[in-house]
Amino acid sequence: MIRQLVKNPLSLAGIIILLIFVVIAIFAPLIAPTPDGHLNPYMIPHEGYSPIPQPPSEEHIFGTTEGQYDIFYGVIWGTRSAFQVGLVVIGIVVVIGIILGSLAGYFGGIIDEVIMRITDIFLAFPTLILAMAIVSVLGPSLKSVMIALAVVSWPSYARLIRGDILQVREEDYIEASRGIGASSSRVIIRHALPNAIYPTLVMASLDIGAIVLSAAALSFLGLGAPEGYADWGQLTSFARNWIVGPYGEPLKYWYAVTIPGLFILFFVLGWNLLGDAFRDILDPRLARR
Amino acid sequence: MENLISIRDLTVRFYTYEGVVHAIDDLDLDIRQGETLGIVGETGSGKTMTALAILRLIPYPGRIKSGSIAFFDRDLHSEIELLKLSEDKMRSIRGNKISMVFQEPGAALNPVYTIGNQISEVFLLHQRPELGKRAKEQVDRLLRDGDGLAAGMKRPFWRWQRRLYNKIAQESNPLEPRFLSHLPLFRRLLWRLNHESELLTVDMLKDVEIPDAARVAIHYPHELSGGMKQRAVIAMALACSPELLIADEPTTSLDVTIQAQMLELFRRIKVEKGASILFITHNLGVASEVCDRVAVMYAGSLCEVASVEELFLHPSHPYTRALLDAVPMPGKELQTIPGLLADPLNPPSGCRFHPRCPNAKPVCQQEKAKLKEIGKDHMVACHLF
Repeated sequence: MIRQLVKNPLSLAGIIILLIFVVIAIFAPLIAPTPDGHLNPYMIPHEGYSPIPQPPSEEHIFGTTEGQYDIFYGVIWGTRSAFQVGLVVIGIVVVIGIILGSLAGYFGGIIDEVIMRITDIFLAFPTLILAMAIVSVLGPSLKSVMIALAVVSWPSYARLIRGDILQVREEDYIEASRGIGASSSRVIIRHALPNAIYPTLVMASLDIGAIVLSAAALSFLGLGAPEGYADWGQLTSFARNWIVGPYGEPLKYWYAVTIPGLFILFFVLGWNLLGDAFRDILDPRLARR
Repeated sequence: MENLISIRDLTVRFYTYEGVVHAIDDLDLDIRQGETLGIVGETGSGKTMTALAILRLIPYPGRIKSGSIAFFDRDLHSEIELLKLSEDKMRSIRGNKISMVFQEPGAALNPVYTIGNQISEVFLLHQRPELGKRAKEQVDRLLRDGDGLAAGMKRPFWRWQRRLYNKIAQESNPLEPRFLSHLPLFRRLLWRLNHESELLTVDMLKDVEIPDAARVAIHYPHELSGGMKQRAVIAMALACSPELLIADEPTTSLDVTIQAQMLELFRRIKVEKGASILFITHNLGVASEVCDRVAVMYAGSLCEVASVEELFLHPSHPYTRALLDAVPMPGKELQTIPGLLADPLNPPSGCRFHPRCPNAKPVCQQEKAKLKEIGKDHMVACHLF
């Protein structure tokens, strides 16, 4: 499987992009050392309060944004926040989705009805608006962003798993495993899930990017991490007033929005390429060999 | 001779949106010890449902509405009413005392596990005490023969393992090993159990005449041929020496030469293991090859039960006669049975076969015939007798 991943140029590109981000996240303290006397490394250091972004210079190689926050420091440490949000949310969501989805799919009947109607309720709201409502209730912080994103995204996972379990449940080997005296939990965990989980893994890897994007959107709207927290959405949010420069020089403050934007773009792109490659490899219906 | 299974008045219904499907109606059937009973009938006549009812695996929305299935347990020397057992008890019977071979050998094996892995699961489910005992003997040997520094250091660990396996061997569901086996990394400590079950698996595969069994055990189902897969499925069903082996059209998807080998294998199993076999098929030729007695089913009810010779020499029920006429033979025009298979949603009144029966009498429309003994080992449910 790894050989197949590396053979395909697109998936190789995805892997390389993500590896670069992993390296950045791991070595953040070396790439962008925290200044002495700075307590929380995740808070971007800033000098002064001038609202006008400063262009890249020797001291701030990506420039500074509104409030003189160092963009370089922000994007490097923001990589950690991005991984944190993406992986934690996907982890929670996949676990909830697998548990509820497989219960609903395997047992059917009233259990299925109840769980699926609950997912219907969640799916009936526009996701970003529901997430915004939840964050505003919990108070803006990175933790509430993660909770909100988990709450709005588990239903689609539960549905996906349920569908696949429904399909696998009818297979002869499930009946055969009940025929050798396996209990329901054993049948689900050992026999049904390993045959039904691949589409979910593909969706999860595709979704990590989308989750980070939503988190950035929430931060951009001012509902994310506290001010000054290293987070890409936060950095783009600082640049909100500086997207277009003054009359005559529309691109004067390009760095303020472009650099964090590029980080978000490549992160999402990396996960999407990897997810696509996963799908091509794991989904036999798309096998091209 | 005592009956292994006695089915009485078994009625299975499917409650679908279109209406109630009469899958099985008032079925009476005995399976004797050590015999091969064939069930023949068209598709949808309730053959498979009878088998699944014995295992209590009727799929939703089907339900066993009434009846009784008594199972004579050779080990306990007593009769068990299968339909009244708790689900837990039933699980300990499935795969252990009654096991089933499914029609499609390819579909009955889980594609994500190796053959050996799937067969050893049966041992791990039903023969834990036995495996524990064998594992303990292994550790005992280590304790006895092991010398040198390495063995000295491992000795306390071995003692602890021996205690663990001893517990598994003696109690039915001991607390400590059960707890361990649910913890991901600690499960490895019980690896000797898996190892023992793999050894048994290879023996089992050799038993069903798989050449190079140890190598086949580490193959995935898609890497094997249809005949191999069917042998593996049979090995899985035979793993715990069941008293009843249900074979649901085990030869239908195989080509003729492999079919012949399979029939030979079933005949050998019956003789060597002393198990009864319930052999479901729609192929009368196959039934005549392996079965001692044959039951003919039509639209969920039993038409005729007789020993093989009786059935093929003196078929009595009009449906049986029609079936035998419909067997293709060289130089003879193929006979078909007029009409269509009874609609299970609205089965015909009285005898299920009367709309298609050439000898139907008025009484056939009103009343269902009871099974009557008309000869030695020959029962027919028909008003003509």
